[in-house]
Amino acid sequence: MWITISYICWALSAALAAWMLWDWFKTDSEFSEEVLISSREGEIEAVSEKHQLKS
Amino acid sequence: MTTATATAGEKGAAKRVSLLRVLGPGHVWALGVGIVLVGEFTGWNFAADKGGALAALITCWFVGLLYTSVAMIDSEVTSTVAAAGGQYAQAKHIVGPLMAFNVALFLVFAYTMLEVSDAILAGDTIVARAATEGLTHNSFIALCIVVLAFLNYRGVLVTLNVNFVVTALAYASIVILFFSVQPWSQGTVLRLGELVNAQNSLPYGWIGVIASFQFAIWYYLGIEGTTQAAEEVRSPARSLPYGTMAGMITLLIAAALTWYVCASLLPWQYLGITIYPLWDAAKMTGSPILDFLLFWGTILSAIASANGCINDAARAWFSLGRDRYLPTWFSAVHPKYRTPYRSILFLLPIALAFAFIADLNQAITFSILSGVLHYTFMSINIIMFRRKWPVGSIRRGYTHPFHPIPALTLFVLCAITFFAIFLGYGSQLSAMVIFYVIVSLWFHFYRYQYVRRGDQFTMPWPKPQGY
Repeated sequence: MWITISYICWALSAALAAWMLWDWFKTDSEFSEEVLISSREGEIEAVSEKHQLKS
Repeated sequence: MTTATATAGEKGAAKRVSLLRVLGPGHVWALGVGIVLVGEFTGWNFAADKGGALAALITCWFVGLLYTSVAMIDSEVTSTVAAAGGQYAQAKHIVGPLMAFNVALFLVFAYTMLEVSDAILAGDTIVARAATEGLTHNSFIALCIVVLAFLNYRGVLVTLNVNFVVTALAYASIVILFFSVQPWSQGTVLRLGELVNAQNSLPYGWIGVIASFQFAIWYYLGIEGTTQAAEEVRSPARSLPYGTMAGMITLLIAAALTWYVCASLLPWQYLGITIYPLWDAAKMTGSPILDFLLFWGTILSAIASANGCINDAARAWFSLGRDRYLPTWFSAVHPKYRTPYRSILFLLPIALAFAFIADLNQAITFSILSGVLHYTFMSINIIMFRRKWPVGSIRRGYTHPFHPIPALTLFVLCAITFFAIFLGYGSQLSAMVIFYVIVSLWFHFYRYQYVRRGDQFTMPWPKPQGY
């Protein structure tokens, strides 16, 4: 039984790794590099500080 | 939840995607305790091999002091420098780029090697339980690392929600074991007086106590990982100190319970060499329920730790890319899941490779070495931080008391731990220091030319005192 479970583990690992690779290539082809690497340190803090509640 | 709230920039500028700010203090707790708790299930007990059961308790207290200093210092600096990369971002703003580069490497090494150790532990534990001829741990290691990388890829909220549940279950297994052995009644189940006595409590004397510092680090190794969530918590100034301090208190209690139960059930000679001190202690009670519970506690703690390590290593690597200390390719954020997906995927095969070829001892040693180098930096960092920006000159989310006592305590205890590591793993320590010197030279003479020097300093602080 444990040997079978071991094979299932390999199969699951391969499937999830394949999904991540597929999603990676899909994402990289759908979005420009400029957008993907546009995150800036400190920017979120600045944005949240400017946020105002609507009355 | 996963729709990108890209920030509109100037006219014509592209949309921006950034990490998602969705976490609270509970997630910070889950990240910190989740990374560390595995140390109670394995690792700390090797301190008993170095110096006896009492040495493991003495160092539990002293290393507890070391990590309390780490938690206090970290809470102050990170509640002020709230950026992904944690101590990397702190080092960049307070000390300088070369220190920051090294700190980020300490972080990536410490967390990746800890993840490797966790996966090996999970695999070995399943193989030990299965007791099936021909069964190896490789498939379980692969599943552990890939599933957790997948979780991390899909989003930080789900990752740390899972970590919260898994960590709480593993912690509950320690508490249940503790109350099941009737700790209020020595002699019924527990035999501390027989197992730890005047003849065997410190078999190698005080040098054994010093030597055991190296493995006592495992009681708390990784609590500083809470800071990597700085850019993803809703309120860094509140959540990070709360989560980190609550995590440290949780771990101090867990360490005390663990030592008491294990030292009262296992002779120090065996306690010092077993891979499963808590699981073995549960077996010693003769209860199949406790045996089952602590088996799962061991597995769950390893999973929670590996999960947090993937989260933290990826953010440190991502931050290096964002500042161009490494190619900017690594700084990509997934537009849908809002995670540093390329960094997660880049580190995945590295962790797998180490997990398949390295042994547990080597992986643990490299993790501890990187961790202690990192703590040494923190003691210097906080002194510089307070000198350059004294209390009152900038807004702090938390100000730690008794400065500079925690910094000095941390530095002294790190020095003792380095000596302890040198006693046991001198060649690895030397090799690691040489490695960091070589990569520092590479960074200084080659890589730094690609860094946009003004862009990397993002905190809106006044000029430091003396400049």
